[in-house]
Amino acid sequence: MTSSSTARRAGDYRTHYHQEMTWFPSPRSATFCLGGVVVLLLAPLVFKAYGLSLLIQIGYFGIAALGLNLVTGFTGQISLGHAAFYGFGAFFSAWLSNRHGVPVLLAIPLAGLATAVVGLVFGAPAARIKGLYLAIATLAAQYILEDFFNRAQWFTGGAAGATANKPVLFGFEFGTDASYFYLVLAFLIAMTAFAANLMRSRDGRAMVAVRDHYLAAEIMGIHLTAYRLLGFALASFYAGVAGALMGHYVGFVSTESINILLSVQMLGMVIIGGLGSIMGSLLGAAFMVLMPEGLDALFHALGSNAAGANKGLVYLKEISIGLVIILFLVFEPEGLAHRWRQIKAWWTLYPYSH
Amino acid sequence: MKTELLTQFVLNGLIVGTLYGMVAMCFVLVFKASKAVNFAQGEFLLVGAWMCWGLLNAYALPFWLGFLITMVLMTLLGALIQAVVIRPLIGEPIISVIMVTIGLSVVLRGLTLWIFGPEPQSFPVSAAGAKVNLLGLNIEAVYLWSTGAAVLGMAAFAWFFKYSRLGLAMRATAFNQQVAQSLGVSIQRIFIVSWAISALVSGVAGVVVGVVNGISPGLTLFGIKVFPAVILGGLDSIVGAILGGIIIGLLENVAQFVDGEYLHWGNLYVVAPFYALVLMLMFKPYGLFGTKDIERI
Repeated sequence: MTSSSTARRAGDYRTHYHQEMTWFPSPRSATFCLGGVVVLLLAPLVFKAYGLSLLIQIGYFGIAALGLNLVTGFTGQISLGHAAFYGFGAFFSAWLSNRHGVPVLLAIPLAGLATAVVGLVFGAPAARIKGLYLAIATLAAQYILEDFFNRAQWFTGGAAGATANKPVLFGFEFGTDASYFYLVLAFLIAMTAFAANLMRSRDGRAMVAVRDHYLAAEIMGIHLTAYRLLGFALASFYAGVAGALMGHYVGFVSTESINILLSVQMLGMVIIGGLGSIMGSLLGAAFMVLMPEGLDALFHALGSNAAGANKGLVYLKEISIGLVIILFLVFEPEGLAHRWRQIKAWWTLYPYSH
Repeated sequence: MKTELLTQFVLNGLIVGTLYGMVAMCFVLVFKASKAVNFAQGEFLLVGAWMCWGLLNAYALPFWLGFLITMVLMTLLGALIQAVVIRPLIGEPIISVIMVTIGLSVVLRGLTLWIFGPEPQSFPVSAAGAKVNLLGLNIEAVYLWSTGAAVLGMAAFAWFFKYSRLGLAMRATAFNQQVAQSLGVSIQRIFIVSWAISALVSGVAGVVVGVVNGISPGLTLFGIKVFPAVILGGLDSIVGAILGGIIIGLLENVAQFVDGEYLHWGNLYVVAPFYALVLMLMFKPYGLFGTKDIERI
């Protein structure tokens, strides 16, 4: 244990539990993380409107994927209805701000809380069932909530959809993409920090224990039902906030966009990024948002602008979602986060292999 | 006449229900044999129906020949999917298997949309229109044909599992994998065969539904309706799956009747099975005939 602060970290030198509980594994990674935030703060200077809108999408999908990872990756409870909760958050925030005059910035976290309550109701079966049964129960939640959105005219505007205003703070309207980007970034940082912090706490570790071996966890005195429900409530909270951010950004929430494919896409983000990895959720969200753009660019580069090709492109994007899920599960089941860890290990240990 | 209308709906429910039962049976077959769940069951129906339609339209084959080729191709497709996509995931947590079949369903749906387009099409078989009078009710002849096909399929299943060597081996595998393996049953072959049969029977169901109602991407709803049916019947019971399918078909149609006559809510017909599913999971998660999952430490 002679590592000085100047020497590069080349192994695991932890000797105390509190070293395991630090926010960042090493001072270097803390610097990198802060540097990343600074780079993101400068992003509006570089990117034009289109690039910014992509970044904003990555932001709110990242929050949603983070929530899904909390319940699926960390607590081990599969949820096929995440998009429905996301949609509920979007509608609830729009409804609060339009009908009740609640300021949008307050309505967004309130939507998260309301969605958490809904998540608890649909997560209640999780107290008794798990695995496949739970997957099917959440699938039912997706269809029931979708039906509710279509039926509840007073809440969602029915088939026509609901409009959502831009947030205003002290007279300043987050109307431009750049200002909204900072808003989403603030939410993303706060919620990522919360999730990272949760995983350092007793509750977070209990959730992981429930995932890894629920019988052992129960014998250790962990209340299974409470933690399963906590997982669902947290996931729904994240989904609700993400949905609300999406609604106020797009300015319009339609029932059509809240479908099962979106739920699958969110699960795809979590799987591509890496189950049980906070950074992985964000990587997965970025991957899912950028992949269609990449396909677009590829099609244009190949010079096919024919109408038939464009029609094919729509389906090709859909197919590619399913395809990357399959490919990742077969070839890289631990996702991008695992790949990233390997690159990092190679970097720190070079020129040795371990 | 309300009672007459109700009887009509009940009859429809029975007819659709037998088809649900047939598809649910495939789901249970795969689950029993390999503990893998297939979220792409509905897409198998869609692929089978489009395949047959494509063969009939492109090569002007007679229906029976196109149908036969479809059956062969679907069998191969099922085996291929098991070998390429499902086999690498044996031993992985159940969420991986669920997700991979969901990914598969997205791919298959996208492919059919790409190749055949989103517009509904009808089979070039002139069976529609003919009506049969049964107990004073008018039933389209194709419906009777479809029920006949479903019952025939179920009978073939029963024979296969009771008397054929392969069927007995599959039952042995479902009962206890290790014991079956030690008695010389090739588990890998059983897995492949179960997926092949599942794809085959789903494809047949797809063609039958396609002939009756026309083919459209909405056909995949059959795959979703399978879940209420199998949960109702119990995940690992073939009899339960068939009964569950019939019950869900009845429930759906009675819901439509009640909705149309009294409630006027709109689409109770679509969501009623899911409410039944949630209630079932809350009170009797192992279904009517399923074995209770008892875990020993």
